[in-house]
Amino acid sequence: MLAPMLHVLPLTTIVRERTLPVAGKVNARVDQKVSPTDVVAEASFAREHVLLDVARAFGVSALAADKMIRVNTGDRLAEGALVAEKSGIFARSIKAPRAGRVMVAGSGQVLMEVGDARIELRAGLPGIVTQVIPERGVVIRTAGALVQGVWGNGRIDNGLMISLIEKQDDVLTADQLDVSLRGSVILGGHVRDADTLRVAAELPVRGLIISSLLSPLIAPAYQMRYPILALDGFGAMPMNSAAFKLLTTNNKREATVNAEHPDRYSGHKPEVIIPLPVSSEPDEPNDYETWRLGATVRMRRPPNAGMIGAITNLRAGLSALPSGLRARAADVKLENGETVIVPLVNMEVVG
Amino acid sequence: MPASLVQNESILAIDVGAAVTRAVMFDVVEGQYRFVASGQAPSTAEAPFKDIGIGVREAVINLQNILGATLLGPQDNNLIAPSQPDGSGVDAVVATVSAGPAVKTVVVGLLSDVSLQSARRLAESTYSRVVETLSLSDHRKSDQQMDSIVRSRPDLVLLTGGTDGGASRSIQKMLEAVGLACYLMPMEKRPMILYAGNQNLANDVQELLGGHAGKLQVSYNVRPSLETENLAPASHELASLVMQIRQRQIKGIEELSLWAAGNVLPTSYAQGRMIRFLSKLYESTRGLLCVNVGASATSVAAGFAGELTLGVYPQYGLGENLAGILQHTEIEDIMRWLQLDISPNTLREYLFQKSLYPSAIPATLDEQAITQAIARQALYLSVRAAQKDFPSSAHAARTDLMPPLDLIIGGGGAVSDATSLGQSLLLLLDAIQPVGIMPVLLDQNNLLPLLGVAASRNQYLPVQVIESGAFIGLGTVISVIAAANYGDQVLRARLTYADGTEARAEVKFGGLEILPLPSGETARLSLQPLRRADAGLGPGRSGAVPVTGGALGVIIDARGRPLQLPSDPVRRRELIKKWYYTVGG
Repeated sequence: MLAPMLHVLPLTTIVRERTLPVAGKVNARVDQKVSPTDVVAEASFAREHVLLDVARAFGVSALAADKMIRVNTGDRLAEGALVAEKSGIFARSIKAPRAGRVMVAGSGQVLMEVGDARIELRAGLPGIVTQVIPERGVVIRTAGALVQGVWGNGRIDNGLMISLIEKQDDVLTADQLDVSLRGSVILGGHVRDADTLRVAAELPVRGLIISSLLSPLIAPAYQMRYPILALDGFGAMPMNSAAFKLLTTNNKREATVNAEHPDRYSGHKPEVIIPLPVSSEPDEPNDYETWRLGATVRMRRPPNAGMIGAITNLRAGLSALPSGLRARAADVKLENGETVIVPLVNMEVVG
Repeated sequence: MPASLVQNESILAIDVGAAVTRAVMFDVVEGQYRFVASGQAPSTAEAPFKDIGIGVREAVINLQNILGATLLGPQDNNLIAPSQPDGSGVDAVVATVSAGPAVKTVVVGLLSDVSLQSARRLAESTYSRVVETLSLSDHRKSDQQMDSIVRSRPDLVLLTGGTDGGASRSIQKMLEAVGLACYLMPMEKRPMILYAGNQNLANDVQELLGGHAGKLQVSYNVRPSLETENLAPASHELASLVMQIRQRQIKGIEELSLWAAGNVLPTSYAQGRMIRFLSKLYESTRGLLCVNVGASATSVAAGFAGELTLGVYPQYGLGENLAGILQHTEIEDIMRWLQLDISPNTLREYLFQKSLYPSAIPATLDEQAITQAIARQALYLSVRAAQKDFPSSAHAARTDLMPPLDLIIGGGGAVSDATSLGQSLLLLLDAIQPVGIMPVLLDQNNLLPLLGVAASRNQYLPVQVIESGAFIGLGTVISVIAAANYGDQVLRARLTYADGTEARAEVKFGGLEILPLPSGETARLSLQPLRRADAGLGPGRSGAVPVTGGALGVIIDARGRPLQLPSDPVRRRELIKKWYYTVGG
């Protein structure tokens, strides 16, 4: 049976695809060295469309209307520009209601795209561009520490990581956030009030890496303009020891917080990347492996959710659980020395 | 001679769920099809695996181990088909799929209480999430509608409207918005379109949308006239389109389809097909109800005189959508089913945390109790939603009651993974709150949808498998409706066994009583209601009925309809514990 993985790695090779949501222009080239704030691709797209029904407006057939249309596909029009006109005693005209571009003209209609919006795609992490995806983006390769989380508010930024956490079950409060932390990525514990998020926004910070947050804070977290990444989930969950040790030992290093929303199907997870210099490139991590004795695992569900342990026995067949259910399971020796039976589907391999 | 016996085919049936993949073997034993064995494995549609084939093969390997037979080739790990003289392999494969994200659907109709209603019902018959609705009552301009469709990035558009030969101009306006929206989307993201409206416009639809849709399918009108609704042909086309959408989304579906020679259906569709079939086969005068509480959705299939009502509710699935249930119900409505003393906040955090790990299972008794409480509310909401679409022939005595049923079949992870059969039964009774007298079956191996898809391969298989006792009979339930105070006596019951011995119960309002009657046995149950209570024979009417036994026996549920739970939490928890104790813990 295959085991899903949670990456908490002190040094690895990280390869990430950064792409635009719509087709655009890629500014970077292969082998280019990029920093997190570099714009690697950009695009402009229409927020809205306007359909001008010339045939209906003039009360003529589509064929007749086509002869009255004065614009062509691809034309850029200013607001008020002539789109179509009908000559004769009762001459009439149709003008562009807003500035925009003609997407298609024909069959008695003109479709315009209006309200241009621009997107800039930043590299997000420092590294080397290894591939250009035409019209979409780039693949960037770097080496460093990698810590995956379970939830993010969809934003990305980078900055100097400052640790405000001393114990895994610490709570991060607003009064810990002062002006000296402006522009930093904060490593904190559990967040239980919206005030903490608000004060962090006011500084502003470049990111919050936290152990967990209360679920009513999900909506306010989405409103914040800086990335918020929860390593262990919702409720008052302490930070798992693997992430705690790795992140606190990298205190005051530059970190990229990609708090993207986890996507179960693409496999995208929120993550912290701490770029590190290397003499030789380390291996890329596996996405999954097989369950094996000695593997370091993280408990996903109660009663020991978030705890780290090592597999001491992979049980044959199905095992009875305290809940009364039967499932494939393993004996896991937790860090506190206790050995527990854990269903395989309730664990992930850390590495 | 039945075709099944001539063909003598062994059939491997595979169900790919959101959390679990099952491989089930049906084979001919002593001239009849039987459920032989089942193997299962975690599903692998999601990352990091992103290929259902991994989970399918693992489930088949587990099945091999149980059967002691080889099904996969040792070299290439491919299915051995047909079966070989050495006993390895299988003759045929069928499959159902419920894994995958909810299908983002745009529904289009003319009148909100006519074609749009039918389009919504059609959407609800599969794993869809309606992201945009267009109708005559929508006063937005065409370009605004078009932008809204583009922004919602649908996988599917359900186009209905107009009776055959009726309105056409209004539909054409909406076709235009849909067509332009498709044109604006990248080719590989264009939605599939099912047109099931005015048949006179079918050619126009082909012309307008054919070149712009991901795929266009034209079906019979769901509303051929104002008075008639005909969802069945469109549902069939929809099932096929959903599988094509899944093929686009999930790796491995194509290979599974090759194994199954195209016999792959959405799980809910196969479940509905089976219920419609059983409803006809057993000439059920009342209704047949089948519920399935799974990770991807909770589904309800009801058959009344051969007429199917199928409701699939991803919003009430116990997997990744779990936290979303709070958009449809209050936390207190889940709390009411809990026998644990925990705070609403603890439960709320539980829902959010669990939705991060849909395939995880309850490891502790407390977690199991919470899961059961959530499953109750999910099923309660799903049954109420489906009940709104029951046909008029499904007549309930009161609007707040279920119509009488002839049979209930429960399945899906939350129901079949209860820690005791009593727990499964109580979940079904609490959530469905049936009225009347009916047997309750547990589909512990979630066979029903697989039988539904196997029927397309062999029509005798489903009946023979069901009649071979593949489902667990939980017992016969007698629901008592009464206007009484808690503790008032409402029924005298006497069960006369085949050997002439008797068991009696004096049933009080608010109580749950069990008279033992083992599986496979029948007995005669005499009912004498008091205080004009209705024990399924009519208000105040006494009588005797034959009943069949089951794992729990004859269950008399006098807890009230609708079920009234005490508002005092301590008393409520005590009562729930007592009911659990009554059904065996």
